[in-house]
Amino acid sequence: MTVLDWLAAPWGYEFMQRALLVTGVAAVVCALLSCWLVLIGWSLLGDAVAHAVLPGVVLAYLVGLPFAVGALVFGVGAVALIGLVRETSGLREDTSIGVVFTTLFALGIVLVSTTPSQVDLGHILFGNVLGVADVDIAQVVGLGVLTFAVLVLKRRDLTLYAFDRTHAHAVGISPRVLGGLLLGLLAVTVVVGLQAVGVVLVVAMLIIPGATAYLLTERMSRMLVIAPVLAGACAVVGLYASYYLDASSAGMVVVAQGIVFTAAYAFAPRTGLLRRSSRTSRDGERGAGAAPGRELVAPRLAP
Amino acid sequence: MTGTTGTTGKAVPPGAADGTGTATPATDAAGGTANPASGAAGGTATPALAVRGLTVRYRDVLALDGVDLVVEAGRLTGLVGTNGSGKSTLLKAVMGIVRPDAGSIAVLGHDGAQARRRALLGYVPQAEDVDWTFPLSVRDVVAQGRYGRLGPLRRLRAADREAVDSALERVGLTALADRQIGRLSGGQRKRAFVARCLAQEARVLLLDEPFAGVDVSSQAAITALLRDLVAGGVSALVSTHDLAGLPALADDAVLLHRRVLVRGAPEVVLQPENLALAFGGAR
Repeated sequence: MTVLDWLAAPWGYEFMQRALLVTGVAAVVCALLSCWLVLIGWSLLGDAVAHAVLPGVVLAYLVGLPFAVGALVFGVGAVALIGLVRETSGLREDTSIGVVFTTLFALGIVLVSTTPSQVDLGHILFGNVLGVADVDIAQVVGLGVLTFAVLVLKRRDLTLYAFDRTHAHAVGISPRVLGGLLLGLLAVTVVVGLQAVGVVLVVAMLIIPGATAYLLTERMSRMLVIAPVLAGACAVVGLYASYYLDASSAGMVVVAQGIVFTAAYAFAPRTGLLRRSSRTSRDGERGAGAAPGRELVAPRLAP
Repeated sequence: MTGTTGTTGKAVPPGAADGTGTATPATDAAGGTANPASGAAGGTATPALAVRGLTVRYRDVLALDGVDLVVEAGRLTGLVGTNGSGKSTLLKAVMGIVRPDAGSIAVLGHDGAQARRRALLGYVPQAEDVDWTFPLSVRDVVAQGRYGRLGPLRRLRAADREAVDSALERVGLTALADRQIGRLSGGQRKRAFVARCLAQEARVLLLDEPFAGVDVSSQAAITALLRDLVAGGVSALVSTHDLAGLPALADDAVLLHRRVLVRGAPEVVLQPENLALAFGGAR
């Protein structure tokens, strides 16, 4: 068997082609969104929304709606509820998030356990990418492409929102609208990722690529390229590993992302462990500009 | 989220509220006469910023109690007071990110929403309110000043890039434009945010403690930059801890302690008996 055969073999199967499509789309969209989540400090919120959609998915199934609709309602509802609990109870945000999403997730588990067999809890929790139906594929790809497009088109506004809401407000750009947009996109993205890797691992896909990209660059514009590219590559590598090792595809994709993060952590030019150990010898060179109080260039003062 | 909570007629009579007005020009009108630029005849010049009866409550804490404050057009007003005196709250209320319980705010005669639509207000936040690890370059941050003028995709046109470049040059950061913002010194960071206000073409600048964590030479550079901008017609309200630097910085000064204790020329506000009102009384 040549290398080419080895590489080509998995894609001879239709279920692998579907898996690649769904996982690839989900990984890329999640990765793009993760850049902002990581920078705003919304990683835990991504976790919460991913879990909170469970009852929505089950209810949508029972009513016969596309489950994206149920997930969206519960995703957005969970975010609103978290805000309400935090503002009215005086509890910290992480506590409010913890209370709301675990309760909704538990409600989802109860609903699954009482509905007729069709809904498989295992598929929702851990994904079922090898057995997705055509309808679901269309749904995932459609929502994924739409979310990707909105994220790319509104990237500058979202970055402004993540960095400085006061300034956004000052120049007439509503932070509230942008925050709502980002949360809505988060809910949709969770729906996309849910098909591919399930509730539990979608959280990983919403955090790891952005965190990895952050270690590798100091420019948002580059993060937004690095994160999706790495995630897409991890999806492919993960599926190969899944095929040849006969292991969970979702698990493999996320493990691949974890390995890439570890490599970035160890070798990143700016923050990596290797850099850290040799930092003392370099301090003189880079400390000059960074040292507080050292002005390299005096302001130009008009007469 | 509006900066103007209606024009409730309950605005505290200026000056009357602070019986401590001593020898200082206690009323806004009197303050205006001391200002050659505003033209004493009739006082038709619209103030850059007019705050009336501003009251802000955080749960049970009264942060601002009927604050009246005017920043005359083309002048720099220094805002001094102890920690917790409400300086930041006042600036945030003017920016419209803290909701006032009462009072009104006018920026060049416009209410808060209009002022935001016209991007009249530029804000330089306190150092601790900024995420300095954020992956943006100095140029990226300054470019955000243009966003209010751009289409929904915020794509910079050639004219916008020129505005960004000239703002960077004006504050002397051209050579550092591609640095990540956290890799600047304290003084350079402030100048980067001032450059963003310039790119925004803001008419009224609000600076929250621009001299905190900044060394003496940087402070002088920032002061000179601000004086230069004010000479060019911009107005500014600058909160500061640094009393010694106040006369060099400000045309007018306001001593705040939840309400306006004293207002007038910096030298007047800095008189010991006036400072004692805010600093002596506070533990």
